[in-house]
Amino acid sequence: MSEIDAIYQIWKREIIRYFRDKYRLAGSIFQPILFLLILGSGFSFVKIGDLNYQKFLFPGIVAMSLVGISLTAGISVIWDREFGFFKEIEVSPISRLSIFLGKAFGGCTIALIQGIIIASLSFIIGLNLPPIIFLKIIPIMILISFSMVSLGLIISSYVETFESFGVIMNFIVFPLNFLSGIFYPVTQVPEWLKIITHLNPLSYGVDLMRYAIIDKSFMNPVLDVLIVILFCILAAFIGVLSFNRKK
Amino acid sequence: MYSVETFDLTKKFKDVTAVNKINIKIKQGEVFGLLGPNGAGKTTLISMLCTLLQPTEGTATVNGFDIIKERDKVRKSIGVVFQDPSLDNRLTALENLYLHAGLYDVPKNERKKRINEVLELVSLKDKANILIKNYSGGMKRRLEIARGLIHYPKILFLDEPTLGLDPQTREHIWDYIKNLADRENITVIITTHYMEEADELCDRVAIIDNGEIKVLDKPSKLKDKLKGDTIIIETNASHDILSKIKSIQNVKSVQLIDGKTYISVENAEKNVVKILQTVKNVKSLSIRKPTLGDVFIHYTGKEFRDETSNGNINKRFLAKRL
Repeated sequence: MSEIDAIYQIWKREIIRYFRDKYRLAGSIFQPILFLLILGSGFSFVKIGDLNYQKFLFPGIVAMSLVGISLTAGISVIWDREFGFFKEIEVSPISRLSIFLGKAFGGCTIALIQGIIIASLSFIIGLNLPPIIFLKIIPIMILISFSMVSLGLIISSYVETFESFGVIMNFIVFPLNFLSGIFYPVTQVPEWLKIITHLNPLSYGVDLMRYAIIDKSFMNPVLDVLIVILFCILAAFIGVLSFNRKK
Repeated sequence: MYSVETFDLTKKFKDVTAVNKINIKIKQGEVFGLLGPNGAGKTTLISMLCTLLQPTEGTATVNGFDIIKERDKVRKSIGVVFQDPSLDNRLTALENLYLHAGLYDVPKNERKKRINEVLELVSLKDKANILIKNYSGGMKRRLEIARGLIHYPKILFLDEPTLGLDPQTREHIWDYIKNLADRENITVIITTHYMEEADELCDRVAIIDNGEIKVLDKPSKLKDKLKGDTIIIETNASHDILSKIKSIQNVKSVQLIDGKTYISVENAEKNVVKILQTVKNVKSLSIRKPTLGDVFIHYTGKEFRDETSNGNINKRFLAKRL
């Protein structure tokens, strides 16, 4: 039981910190909306089948905001190390697994809150989502954010400074997002781009999100579910291993 | 059973041996000081005892648990206050303390009571709901000491507890530590490079340099081993006065340095009268008791380079003005 309580305490700390930081909340909602309005309006002449581009883009933007906020979970580890708090956790009798899970659940919850807010803003582009649809979206959000949070935590356990974390983040975030079919339908691009997109695990999450929100899929939804779950397990597993490394 | 017992405890970092075959036994309930300059190996030694570092050779028991094989049991039985603050600045004091109680599996129905207890011990009860980022350095250190006690550890490790604090705050922290050692029956292990701190707080002191224990005893005993007190007088001394002083009973040696006469003597308070009778026109006079600094020089053959030397200068300066 003690480990579960410890996980809960670490989780709670992340949540308290998140709600105390009002700018972070506002800032991270602003960016996806900007993408949606500017790209969506700028490319409004594009039609994908019978879909207008904004509607096509929306589910991808939801996924993208999850990726961004989830990966920053790693920053909290670097923050803790830099400001000394990590020692308090390190010298306590709880296991590395609990530290990882506490951090991961914390990051995941924050991403989920954010994702739900963005998804609820669908009315901006004239897309009215029935509340029941969130029952489908939320599990997908959890899977995507848990794998991305794990990825962030993996990076944080190898990287020492904020600066290098930022550089690596950019190095990962941009290709991950741009090559995931958020901005283009994977069926209508050149072969080489198609291959790369299929190699990107995020593509399956994006496709699944699109299938859940606008009932349109460009890959195989069943395969999507499988790969998203597998990737999530793999990322968490590597995450736990990297937290367990002895120094 | 000893609180801490080390067996040839050694830590090497590549070519540097930070801790070299240390064997110490620390008794239950004592305040034990590890005194040495920066880089002497104090923090490395403590980090091994707290199970944050793996020893290269040897081992130790902490509260009877082996630091290598029974890591979690060691961790549960100790409280640690690190050299650098390890509080979460964006949480309140209370939130930090509840977090700690959760990490150490303190029974849920006891948490409130214990947290009140420790907050009272360090007089921070009325500041419990303030964010740590608004705390002063001294308050943070006090809160960390309080936090280290929530899970009722048998040993409290304090790594440089007053580093970087102003003299007044430092004395406050000392009071809390003394209070703690009297009231709770816990072993306190302090590392410090402040001579007065070791002198003031510790029942026994180990002087550590280059990763080795040079000497270990009560501070008073350590000072007794040196040759006695020093009386420093400023006068228009000529050399025949020096020889007159030398002939006074109990005076061991006389030296003239920079116009000041340094007289080594046993029991300075008693013998100072005789000296004043011999020497006329004394402009200033001060008596210096042997310090741990002198002990340090005696055992390591090195000057102790730290802030305490400033302290001595201040005292001498004051003595002169008086």
